[in-house]
Amino acid sequence: MRKFIVLLILAVLGYFMFDIFSGLHLGEPHFVNGVKDFYLSKTVSDLHVANTITSIVVNFRGFDTLGEVTVLFLAVSAMGSVLYKKRHEAGTRTVLFASSNIVRSGSKLLFPAIMLLGAYVFIHGHLSPGGGFQGGTIIATGFLLMLLAYRDFKVSHHILSYVESFAGIIFVVVGLFGFMGGGTFLQNFMPAGELNELFSGGVIGIIYVMVGFKVAAELTGLIYTILHEKD
Amino acid sequence: MIYVILIIFLLLLMVGAAVYAVVQKDLLYAVIATGVISLVLTVMFYILQAPDVALTEAAIGVALTTIIFLITIRNTLRHEDEYYKNDKLKTPSK
Repeated sequence: MRKFIVLLILAVLGYFMFDIFSGLHLGEPHFVNGVKDFYLSKTVSDLHVANTITSIVVNFRGFDTLGEVTVLFLAVSAMGSVLYKKRHEAGTRTVLFASSNIVRSGSKLLFPAIMLLGAYVFIHGHLSPGGGFQGGTIIATGFLLMLLAYRDFKVSHHILSYVESFAGIIFVVVGLFGFMGGGTFLQNFMPAGELNELFSGGVIGIIYVMVGFKVAAELTGLIYTILHEKD
Repeated sequence: MIYVILIIFLLLLMVGAAVYAVVQKDLLYAVIATGVISLVLTVMFYILQAPDVALTEAAIGVALTTIIFLITIRNTLRHEDEYYKNDKLKTPSK
């Protein structure tokens, strides 16, 4: 039964893939010439996105972004699987010396501000410079600061893995919603809204928030694993 | 004109830091030099009107990579030629 369901899903995906790629006519000159002008004109007129780079990365090249996120996930999971057996228990690492009171108080003050900056960067990815990757790395930097300052700062690997998995699943599900109405994978199916408003650009906001959560969870887990490695 | 001078200065700083990182035997200083390269590269990206890339470079290049290298140095050896001077390390353990 399970094999049958898997075969059915694969057949549906294969049908749509064949449908898309058979109509593409790869190698024709219109792939070389007009793409950049198309991107620049469509970004403002159709998508109402202020940041052109975001519209290219998430909307026109959304599949590439999914691949990048997958590569990051593979790297982090490989690292975790190598280092999993030889790590300290939480709160008992001997890697770093104890930090002073000034560092601890200062990092406690800075931590919420860094979280806020990261969240701002990935929520406003389609309006201002930045996006999911940038915001996620900023949030991971905040967790790194806390892990360096406090020896017993704990991050739950279960919560990290749940956040990471759900963010990836929602990314793919939003992509699959693009099939509605005869579109393609990661097609922009939501209304575009007004230029320079927070709720504009269709699916770009959702996808970048999910990418931000995913990158933040992956990099935080990576840092946590490295910091708890035994000699 | 001032931009040209600034860009030339930054590029020379990057090349100097890179050469220092290769030549230096103390790996802690070499890692700090690579952090300096990333910092200057962030400023370069900002001057060249790529603030997206500048944000990424600032977060990953300056903070995360440097810290990961520092942790690695703390877990292994600090000096490049320490491995060959130390007789105990020449024979593989176990």
